[in-house]
Amino acid sequence: MAVVTNPPAENVVVKKAGYGGTFMRVSRYVASRFLTLFITVVIGIYLTIVIANMGGYVDEIIKGEIRDRITQAFIADPAVQQMDPEVRKKLMQEKIALEEKRRGLDTPIAIRNARYLSNALRLDLGRSINLTSDAGSKQVRLIILERLPATLLLMGTSQLFLFFSSIFIALSLSRSYGSIWDKVVVALSPTSAVPPWFYGIFLILIFAAALKILPFGGMVDSPPPANTFDYAVNVLKHLALPGLSLVLSSFFISVYNYRTFFLIYSSEDYVDMAKAKGLTSRNIERAYILRPTLPTIITNFSLLIIGLWTGALFTETVFLWPGLGRTLFQAIGQYDIPIIVGSTIIYAYLLSITVFLLDFVYVLVDPRVKIGG
Amino acid sequence: MNTFKNSLQKIFQYPSAVAGLLVVFLLVVVAVYTLVTIPYEEAVRLWRGGEDVWYQNPRFAPPAWINYFSTKKYSESFAVNTKDNQIAKKVTPGKDGVSTFEITYDFDFSYDVYPQEMLLYFTATYQEKQPFVSIELLTPDERRIRIANFAIANEFTYRFSQDEKLRAKLRAEEVIPALFTAPDADVPLKGKYQIIVTGTTFEPDSNMDMEFVFHGQVFGLAGTDHARRDLTLPLLWGVPVALAFGLIASVGTSVLTMIIAAVGAWYAGWVDELIQRVTEVNLVLPFFAILIMIGTFYSRSIWVILGATILLNIFTGAIKGYRAIFLQVKESMYIEAAKAYGASSTRIIFLYLIPRMIPLLIPSLVQSVPAFVFLEASLAVIGLGDPVLPTWGKIIQDANSNGALYKGYYYWVLEPATLLMITGLGFAVLGFALDRVFNPRLRDV
Repeated sequence: MAVVTNPPAENVVVKKAGYGGTFMRVSRYVASRFLTLFITVVIGIYLTIVIANMGGYVDEIIKGEIRDRITQAFIADPAVQQMDPEVRKKLMQEKIALEEKRRGLDTPIAIRNARYLSNALRLDLGRSINLTSDAGSKQVRLIILERLPATLLLMGTSQLFLFFSSIFIALSLSRSYGSIWDKVVVALSPTSAVPPWFYGIFLILIFAAALKILPFGGMVDSPPPANTFDYAVNVLKHLALPGLSLVLSSFFISVYNYRTFFLIYSSEDYVDMAKAKGLTSRNIERAYILRPTLPTIITNFSLLIIGLWTGALFTETVFLWPGLGRTLFQAIGQYDIPIIVGSTIIYAYLLSITVFLLDFVYVLVDPRVKIGG
Repeated sequence: MNTFKNSLQKIFQYPSAVAGLLVVFLLVVVAVYTLVTIPYEEAVRLWRGGEDVWYQNPRFAPPAWINYFSTKKYSESFAVNTKDNQIAKKVTPGKDGVSTFEITYDFDFSYDVYPQEMLLYFTATYQEKQPFVSIELLTPDERRIRIANFAIANEFTYRFSQDEKLRAKLRAEEVIPALFTAPDADVPLKGKYQIIVTGTTFEPDSNMDMEFVFHGQVFGLAGTDHARRDLTLPLLWGVPVALAFGLIASVGTSVLTMIIAAVGAWYAGWVDELIQRVTEVNLVLPFFAILIMIGTFYSRSIWVILGATILLNIFTGAIKGYRAIFLQVKESMYIEAAKAYGASSTRIIFLYLIPRMIPLLIPSLVQSVPAFVFLEASLAVIGLGDPVLPTWGKIIQDANSNGALYKGYYYWVLEPATLLMITGLGFAVLGFALDRVFNPRLRDV
């Protein structure tokens, strides 16, 4: 996870003199912000839809598949063997046309794209093309809801642990700047250039292949333990390696970034002033370092929360973790546009709403900031 | 320019930076060496050629140097041919155009693990009557084992382990271990073995040659994969591919991002507004999903993926950071002066604005290289690697899909992984050091 060290508050302006119509100013700002974000989402989703069917190319693939399948079924079906070839051919064409109609392939691509877009914007996710949920449903909503807990479990535990532990460690490192631990973290921070799945392979090699104490992948043994407690222990065992690799790959850079960030803020004049007044280091940290860095920390935290949604595509694939990232990968492999679009629209909405709300949160936590300057 | 030189000198004060530079330099040397010695067509032929390129290699064989670290010695592979005079071939002409051939080859077997397979490849020339051969093996304890007799066509391959008659005669479950074990023993018998092939040709111009291929348990510098391919090739070829992908992607994205940020900051107004909105749209787009879609639907060629990667990485958060700094630089005196003497907008952007940002550009450029190198590997690992080029990611994917970790072929994963790690860390370490040298804000913290 990349750590944003500057608050991305581009439209938030430090207070200037002069008021007059605060309500008008705020509402005008809110309206224009809302509109731009909405247009952004619309364009983003439309682009995703166009890419997801490659400007109609995917249609050709699906049409080919339908023709192939129905022809095969006709060849294998003894009932139609006796028919007149003309009649059989006509029947086959009809069946192909019917199947194409069922899939909506007879409507032009532009209209279908517009329909996908309006359905997606209304969060009507529709039905998937090939993928089904484990319970057998083709509702995109149900498929996503079924995979969501797995992703939340993996991403939630690892990212929350990463967030809180790195802030806590970074604070204590910024207090003891130049110490041996500080130097260790600085020296190890380049290791975060390596992605999580890569650590995953090494962890699998050590703990699963060589030591044989943890499973290679998956989320629970097959068959799963009947007892709830055993089940939880079993899931935890499966969670250990993917979770650890997600934490390992960002831990040092995250601590390093927060530490540098805190150090910059603790060299401000008002911090020296507070030290001169004889405040305890605990008080200084809370009131003079953490307080002004709060907007950034909140930004990072909210981006982390919405980042949970996307899952960890590569890590989930390497560990065969049945989460959203792997589902998205499978959906792409099977040209399942509704799932790709569904996953994207939810992320787009979450991101825009968060960006929208953050502007107000900055005002709440930082009295120097004013909406819509 | 002088400050630039000073900064470069400062780099050498960081041992990590020197190490990083060394790694990068070595990689460049290896990349150039690879491209010169194994040109593209040759690499593709060796990687995708087919069984006749790889028949001399054993399957799933770790590198030969593991014998230095292992108490159990694994047998090494070799291949010898009568055409290259590596095997002695004695021809005795007889009456009526009939000649006898005697082909003998001595080899030492002093290992603790049985070889995988032994093969004899015969080639013969004749008009009508096929030459006839009989094969014997002389073991160190002076036993003479009759292997087989047969007539050979123009091309004929004899596989020891596949000979059911021989297996029945030896009364063993498998041929190869039985041949290399003394009676009533269960470990390989070490010593000098001799393979004796006596042949007869029945026509004056008839001739025969033989190649003896011995598949041991270890092979070469890097070992082999499931298709008997020598892993040295993809390991070597992975270097230029990784460097090209990483460097082109990072230079492309950083430079384009910077130019676009400068253009936006300079012209302001609707240009700036457009760039801001495009950036926001790009943040909504799912980057990995789009790359995978392009790989699945359109083309898996590494150059297409590279182009898409650059395009999707131009309009990122970095553009906002650069823009903020450009807006400050835009107000400085020397820009005023340039405007006053009538410099054109392009001149100001490319000669006055952008050069000011080079100290910021270089560290971030170097630091972003590992991400792109690993991106290529990541795509390869989930099965979207370039279908033609041998790369590190492809080795890991092959290994994963053949259950290498599960079956204990650790070398197969560890070799490309180590190289990826070294490359990634080399650039990352160098980038971090450059960042501290060029950005004084960070230097003291």
